[in-house]
Amino acid sequence: MLDKIFFYLQYPFVRYAIIVGILIALASSLLGVTLVLKRFSYIGDGLSHVAFGAMAIASVLKMTNQMALILPVTIVCAVLLLRTGQNAKIKGDAAIAMISVGALAFGYLLMNIFSTSSNLTGDVCSTLFGSTSILTLTLSEVVICAVLSVVVIGAFILLYNKIFAVTFDESFATATGTPAGKYNTVIAVMIAVIIVLAMNLVGSLLISALVIFPALSAMSIYRSFFRVTVCSAIISVVCSFVGIMISILAGTPVGSTIVAIDVLAFCCSLMAGKLKGAVA
Amino acid sequence: MPLLTVKDLSLGYDGCRVIENLNFSINEGDYLSIVGENGSGKTTLMKTLLHLQKPISGEILVSDGLKPDEIGYLPQQTLVQKDFPASVWEIVLSGCQSSMGLKPFYGKKEKVLAEKNMELMGISDFKNRCYRELSGGQQQRVLLARALCATKKLILLDEPVAGLDPVVTQQMYETIKELNASGITIIMISHDIASALKYSSHILHIGKEVFFGTKAEYLKSNKGFAFSERELRTGGCQTELSFREVKSYA
Repeated sequence: MLDKIFFYLQYPFVRYAIIVGILIALASSLLGVTLVLKRFSYIGDGLSHVAFGAMAIASVLKMTNQMALILPVTIVCAVLLLRTGQNAKIKGDAAIAMISVGALAFGYLLMNIFSTSSNLTGDVCSTLFGSTSILTLTLSEVVICAVLSVVVIGAFILLYNKIFAVTFDESFATATGTPAGKYNTVIAVMIAVIIVLAMNLVGSLLISALVIFPALSAMSIYRSFFRVTVCSAIISVVCSFVGIMISILAGTPVGSTIVAIDVLAFCCSLMAGKLKGAVA
Repeated sequence: MPLLTVKDLSLGYDGCRVIENLNFSINEGDYLSIVGENGSGKTTLMKTLLHLQKPISGEILVSDGLKPDEIGYLPQQTLVQKDFPASVWEIVLSGCQSSMGLKPFYGKKEKVLAEKNMELMGISDFKNRCYRELSGGQQQRVLLARALCATKKLILLDEPVAGLDPVVTQQMYETIKELNASGITIIMISHDIASALKYSSHILHIGKEVFFGTKAEYLKSNKGFAFSERELRTGGCQTELSFREVKSYA
């Protein structure tokens, strides 16, 4: 089996897939902890549907660089969603659900009306479930993905303490002079970037899994924010790597394989947490 | 000049006024208790003092010496915190955030300050414990230590003894009293008039009628008089109910 793995690693597209997969998994798991704790678990899903809608518009307009439209639209929606979290007339979960299904419907509608492709269902299916797009990345796409995820990871590390303060107690942070609103916006931008990147990896329906499963797994084992963050990053990276390898070896779809491994890891963590609790 | 002066302040939420033309001032070292019925605007007032919410009209003046990052705050517990995976150390240290500016990581100075305040609150032993596994009283001490990291001058407490048992409540009041004695100005929202009268130097009673003054003045006023009469009869067992009864006396 090792021979087979080394054989595949000779191909650049496999190496690209692994690099991008690991970076995206790392970035999404870091922010996942914050999102789960802020009760925004489902924002990944909502935003990815927005990204899907934007992608439909971009293909209808026949834009060569679809990222140029998808990224800004998703960022704007992310900021609006996280902003209105506190005092909006339409509460967080309802707002996410609304934007999520709305964008999905419009996206599919546009693709259907203006589509030039003969295999529309296949196109839609591959954007929703990721299919094999991660295995067909070009070098320039890999560079963009890598740069953006490194920026997100770097920003997270620099802002780690501030993100903790704002997530744990927003009113205290604001009252004592930390501009919580600004940091929330930064978090929103970061999550939007990750979502758009992760669409390549697992497709827009499965993104939430990358965001929440590693965080929940880590939270069932560890009890401090730092350990949870580190553990969630490790779980996510390992799961993505294993998932990509299995999908290459067994020919399964990349996205759903990674998510299946994440679910498995979650079950193991739950048991590990129970055992740890029993021992302690 | 007083530490904090409130001038003709009107407050409310969702476009509905709850307090109008409020005036009072706090000097350094004061211990002010804010009392009043549910819905009279105590928490709204505190949020406005903390700049979490804009007043409808009027203004809050602070003396030159008090910057926004010098106010400590002990909020009521939020839902998010109940299952938040965070160690005591992480939470107390996050109180230093206000003086950090754009600096990304905590330095020696912040860590020493956090250690000192944990010592002061008697929670050094829990340093690596998880916050959500502590008892209610211990959690309040953690949040108080965090507030102390943010201030040396003024702390606002929003019902610090809510949900604590009588023994721990007494300990909490004693701790707050010691903080006040060490020179920190205290503003506290309370439901417990008996303890408010026992510990604080000034009382602000908000509701349909507003009273502000020293404890002695409050006891002489209609409300306070009614209260102290009742206090004698019941032996100081105060609940929310007694506010209504105080009113009917007055």
